[in-house]
Amino acid sequence: MRYSSIERSAEGIPDLSYKSWRKRNISSRLLSFLAGVFACMAVLPLIAVLIYILIKGVASLNIDLFTQLPPPPGGSGGGVGNAILGSIVVTAIATMLAIPIGVGGGIYLAEYSTGKGFSQFIRFGTNVLAGVPSIIAGVFIYGVIVSTRILFGHTFSAIAGGAALSVLMLPTVVKTTDEGLKLVSNDLRRAAFGVGASHFVTVSQITLPKAFTPIATGVVLSIARAAGETAPLIFTALFSPFWPNGIFEPIATLSVLIYNFSAQPYDVQNQLAWAASFILVVFILALNLLARWLGRIANQ
Amino acid sequence: MTASSSPELPHPNSDVCISIQNATISYGDFEALKNVFCDIPRGQVTAFIGPSGCGKSTLLRALNRMNDLIEGCSLHGRILFDGADLYAPDVDPVEVRRRIGMVFQQPNPFPKSIYENIAFGARINGYNGDMDELVEKSLRQAAIWDECKDKLKESGNSLSGGQQQRLCIARTIAIEPEVILMDEPCSALDPISTLKIEETIHELKKSFTIVIVTHNMQQAVRVSDMTAFFNAEALEGGTGKVGYLVEFNDTDKIFNAPAQQATQDYVSGRFG
Repeated sequence: MRYSSIERSAEGIPDLSYKSWRKRNISSRLLSFLAGVFACMAVLPLIAVLIYILIKGVASLNIDLFTQLPPPPGGSGGGVGNAILGSIVVTAIATMLAIPIGVGGGIYLAEYSTGKGFSQFIRFGTNVLAGVPSIIAGVFIYGVIVSTRILFGHTFSAIAGGAALSVLMLPTVVKTTDEGLKLVSNDLRRAAFGVGASHFVTVSQITLPKAFTPIATGVVLSIARAAGETAPLIFTALFSPFWPNGIFEPIATLSVLIYNFSAQPYDVQNQLAWAASFILVVFILALNLLARWLGRIANQ
Repeated sequence: MTASSSPELPHPNSDVCISIQNATISYGDFEALKNVFCDIPRGQVTAFIGPSGCGKSTLLRALNRMNDLIEGCSLHGRILFDGADLYAPDVDPVEVRRRIGMVFQQPNPFPKSIYENIAFGARINGYNGDMDELVEKSLRQAAIWDECKDKLKESGNSLSGGQQQRLCIARTIAIEPEVILMDEPCSALDPISTLKIEETIHELKKSFTIVIVTHNMQQAVRVSDMTAFFNAEALEGGTGKVGYLVEFNDTDKIFNAPAQQATQDYVSGRFG
């Protein structure tokens, strides 16, 4: 027979069973196993980090952690209350800067531009900005806001920190707004034009609400990224061992606290750094879950 | 795909190629097709006809375990191929599809050369003869050799729709299956290509058993020896319809002297 693989049993009933000794079945099983191993290896770093932080940080979880200031070097007790508040403040400032600029830019790219020349340059520039190291963003804001004392004479401040983080958030927001608006089918826009709506009314009342979920997901994910950045804040918001004293002063943040305290030779500070790591990871995890939940309510 | 079946198998009847015994196919909880009894004869063309949604394509896919690729699809009952239960727990679906080939509604040649389209299937199944001869023989049997003998190295996608479908048929017959299932093979083609494919089916009948699903009743009359008419009835609960086999008989009896009123209504065009 030219095909050697067709077999029948004695009564002429075809033999359809799974032949595990066949070369192709052996290689299939081997490669499936390897693919599974690689998948596990890919997920291992995430699990290892989470478990390690959990073990180290959860031991010191108590109410003091959230309500008290960090102790002085050599002291004991205390918490990271100012850092938590500071992270929230700085992230909020960054969000307030990034959302209008990012969503506005995305709307321009998707709705108002012709797709050539200037908008091509903007899209390319956004992609490049997405790859800029975070410390460069910090140095940039240091040069523009901090060293020039442009903020009514203040240097290191929460606003500067927020500005540095917004530089990092911007590319993601622009890109997801652009993509989200492009996903809205043209039929909807034509329907709006067909009833005599102006371009502005179409975008603001028809297209943008339809694209709300991808935009919201992108914004939440970029917040999650910005909340964990350390390098830009070192040059801009600096650090403060006190409660936030207004947005024109240096402010404590979780990421900078972890950076500072983990390098100090005191156990109390190291333990606080672990606890702050745990809080930060939980915070970012919560933001990611929020983004997924937002994505899910769109599909209903 | 999961199946439940009884342990003893009846002795295979050499006239019956595939025996469908009380097959009920469900997608999750939704029953698509229920209680089908049908014996598909060897060496003849059997047509499945019926209105949309009555489960013909589902049943066709069940015959070569293509429903395994659909999540949640399960079969109760038995489907015997020459006496072997296709849904027995130790059956390898790859072996089933090796023997029961399929041609789909949309022509889907591989993005390779015409020669490679045919040679690929042969090679992965361990063909150890003359490949050039096999390619020529398959393309001749599919009635497309004259049109592409000079361009065997060109891409399969460079052919027209009807030629692509015949290439898919040639690809299927190159691996020498015993049964060829065709799921509305001509519905995406123009009448001339349809005619050529129907001629091909007449030729193929001599070496293969063919089961064809078709919406076109005239095609069923032209091409098939036996016809199975399926219909769908609404469920009591009001959600969806479930398909069932109304009548299975020689083609000229189904179209000229059907036993069921529903068959008479459908073939005379009163619904569907």
